[in-house]
Amino acid sequence: MLSVLLAAGCFLTGCPKNDAATEVPVVTVMTHDSFDIGKEVLDMFEKEHGVRLRFLKSGDAGAALNQAILSSEHPLADIFYGVDNTFMSRALAADIFVPYSSPLLSSIDESLVLDKNHRLVPVDYGDVCVNYDRAWFELKGIPVPESLGDLIRPEYSGLLVVENPATSSPGLAFLLATVGTFGEDGFVEFWQALKNNHVLVTDGWEDAYWGKFSAASKGGRPLVVSYAASPAAEVYFAEKPPETAPTAAMTGSGAAFRQIEFAGILKGARQPELARRVIDFLLDTPFQQEIPLKMFMFPANRNARLPEVFTEHARLAHGPVVLSPEIIAEKRDAWIRAWTETVLQ
Amino acid sequence: MDTGVDRDRASVRTSGNHAAILLVALPLAFLGVFYFYPLFEIFSVSLAPAGQLDPGNITALFSTGSSLRILWFTTWQAALSTVLTVTLALPAAYVFARYRFPGKSLIQSCTAIPFVLPSVVVAAAFSALLGDRGLVNEWLMGIWGFSAPPIRLDQSIAFILTAHVFYNFTVVLRIVGGFWSRLHPGLSHAAQVLGASPWQAFWKVTFPILRPGIMAASLLVFIFCFSSFGVILILGGPRYATVEVAIYRQAMHLFNLPMAAALSLLQICFMFAFMWVYTRLQRSASVPFTPESLKTTQRDIVSNTDRVMVWGTVFFMLVFLGSPLLALVVRSLSTGSGMSLLYYRSLFENAGQSVFYIQPALAIGYSVGFALVTLAMSLCIGLPVAIFLSRDRGRATSLLDPLFMLPLATSSVTLGFGYIIALDEPPLNLRASLIIVPLAHTLVAYPFVVRSILPGLRSIPAHIRESALLLGAAPGKVWWKVVAPMVRRSLAVGAVFAFTVSIGEFGATIFLARPETPTVPLAIYRFLGQPGAMNYGQAMAMSTILMLVTAAGFLFLEKLRTGPEGEF
Repeated sequence: MLSVLLAAGCFLTGCPKNDAATEVPVVTVMTHDSFDIGKEVLDMFEKEHGVRLRFLKSGDAGAALNQAILSSEHPLADIFYGVDNTFMSRALAADIFVPYSSPLLSSIDESLVLDKNHRLVPVDYGDVCVNYDRAWFELKGIPVPESLGDLIRPEYSGLLVVENPATSSPGLAFLLATVGTFGEDGFVEFWQALKNNHVLVTDGWEDAYWGKFSAASKGGRPLVVSYAASPAAEVYFAEKPPETAPTAAMTGSGAAFRQIEFAGILKGARQPELARRVIDFLLDTPFQQEIPLKMFMFPANRNARLPEVFTEHARLAHGPVVLSPEIIAEKRDAWIRAWTETVLQ
Repeated sequence: MDTGVDRDRASVRTSGNHAAILLVALPLAFLGVFYFYPLFEIFSVSLAPAGQLDPGNITALFSTGSSLRILWFTTWQAALSTVLTVTLALPAAYVFARYRFPGKSLIQSCTAIPFVLPSVVVAAAFSALLGDRGLVNEWLMGIWGFSAPPIRLDQSIAFILTAHVFYNFTVVLRIVGGFWSRLHPGLSHAAQVLGASPWQAFWKVTFPILRPGIMAASLLVFIFCFSSFGVILILGGPRYATVEVAIYRQAMHLFNLPMAAALSLLQICFMFAFMWVYTRLQRSASVPFTPESLKTTQRDIVSNTDRVMVWGTVFFMLVFLGSPLLALVVRSLSTGSGMSLLYYRSLFENAGQSVFYIQPALAIGYSVGFALVTLAMSLCIGLPVAIFLSRDRGRATSLLDPLFMLPLATSSVTLGFGYIIALDEPPLNLRASLIIVPLAHTLVAYPFVVRSILPGLRSIPAHIRESALLLGAAPGKVWWKVVAPMVRRSLAVGAVFAFTVSIGEFGATIFLARPETPTVPLAIYRFLGQPGAMNYGQAMAMSTILMLVTAAGFLFLEKLRTGPEGEF
């Protein structure tokens, strides 16, 4: 038994791939579960710079950031990718990033650059909003809701499922959309009305979308909080690509919150010079053009071309809610508490 | 004469004490390095960031009363889940302990399959079956003309309890059933011949002997439900929170590490106190009896009563445990264009040329590899602990028994963070090593080994061991030749649990596994992370594969257990 254990232990710890022997420097990127990238683009970058990228996925965005902060004394990685604007202030307050003004920032949409010191640079963005099941509304002959205000009307009673803002990042983004639209004084009242209109709350996006949304599974609700790009994913991941997406997003003014994802170089990075090249790579068009179909977000680089399925089926919100990261950091806990007291208790 | 025997016993005891210390040295060292040290680190970072303890967080815990409310909910739902599980599984344990019938060991093994399924998948299975638009409701609405779904389980406490019973049925069935099968049926028969009713015979004779087994199983179920996470989050919805869920929310989403740490401390202290009481009760509960061969304790199905009992039980288990699993398999095969293997085929294609594409074979390989290493380590840790605890050593037992169970009741978020900050320097720079995953799994798996073996070990009458010693056998020989054969069966049960716990573990794995070493549950979550029918279908297909791999693992372990010379 012991020998089995020792053998297994040796197998598990003692066989690192011979990176040291070939002397290829490794840059580690810490990120969340949803991060994805294609082989071709990655190979190209690695060949060009004689470097190997290692990705460390550490749970969802919140879990990953927490680990980056906790391990700041002995950083696990050189780069962190996946801080969004709701977590940004916390990340900056923890002082774990060093500034780098990449030359590629000139092609990045300026409205997305929230940290003027460039410790965190925007890589991609997406709008969180309500998605609806097209077939359901056609079948029932009910017009689809067009604004947040519509959702509290009696014809939409019992149709909406949202995520808990305390546990889900789209949930928090949607709460922020309501704060932006109805104001700090009005959003509680709106949620009270939504509650009276039988809104259903789940803890995470997976359960809301797969468990309760009528267009995705056996769920019974035709309205769900998701991303404005989700309909494109429905088409891309369909068994046979349909002409029109089975779902659509409610992208009217004030109905969405714009989530922006950032990347930055971690303090104490072992390969600071190469880490800068990685940031350039993340902002440059080859990787930027990967983002839509890998992560179903929009590229931050204005020069990146969108794939057809995106231009056809994914939309950006008109006039999405924008709140400064400082305000979010200051008020988030209070807003979530108010929400919890109104909706869950 | 008497004094002579006493002196022998005393010498056995002192030499036993040295051996005992050696026995627990390895498990204690393991616990110290991989449990207490990371825990201490995360607690000191969270609660005393400037090197000084800030008691504000502890007092804040009790100031609003919400923490106590959460603790109360956690406790009663776990207690109720435990009572329900034991009540429903006890008759099945009886049938599996007393009867021989075709397909028995396969059915018995497969009851552990729910254990490995991620809660998102179990939730999907239950929703497909019992949800508002699930099969049962659609059928009821179709036949009886209900206008609304008659069964409304979504986001209710009933759904939580059902899922807990579904998950833990196997724990009671295997631990109590295994124990029961060693008990001579003659005892109960004798009582009935002497005029006791069957109920009296059970309550007065069988139950007291079975009690250690029932208690061991109940304890595992209780702790499991106490630290329940995914089931509460997904099936219960956001209204319900266990301490574990509260820790997760505080740590991950509110970034309130001090509060999360304080809650973890509360969880650990409560469990320690609970375990301490349990240990006191348990120690006095053991009734020694000589384990019998299965040849004498089990019988074939003869009468109609036998038939009704056996097949009735099997039918109940198939419906209750089997139908949600079957619903998953059906979902994995039903594509938009009828039944096909489309989702399975697409598992083998890396359509987007993603760097993170997970080859099913690779994920299975890592899952099984981690599970086997976990199994080996859990036996190395769990077996000495069980042997140590099987003898009453006074205070040492009542302190160490609860201590060894604590990892099972500790929040995986807390421990995961602890690993990140504690195991980051040589010689313990394990954060990037492969071994860290089975290490974390072992912490939750070895308590199952301990609890599976302990009731059997404790009930072995002292005189059997002592006679062997008096006849000149060395202590080691007594263990291998006398004790080990008697507990081999429960050892196998413990091994199956260790394997299963590892295959299904998700909470710690998502922190610690690297993208290059994915496990099957991680692959399932990856598919569920994005919209689209193909993703859902592939998640269901991967879940089905996980069930098959698990079942295959069980069959293999069963083969090992029965061995060439057959069962004892």
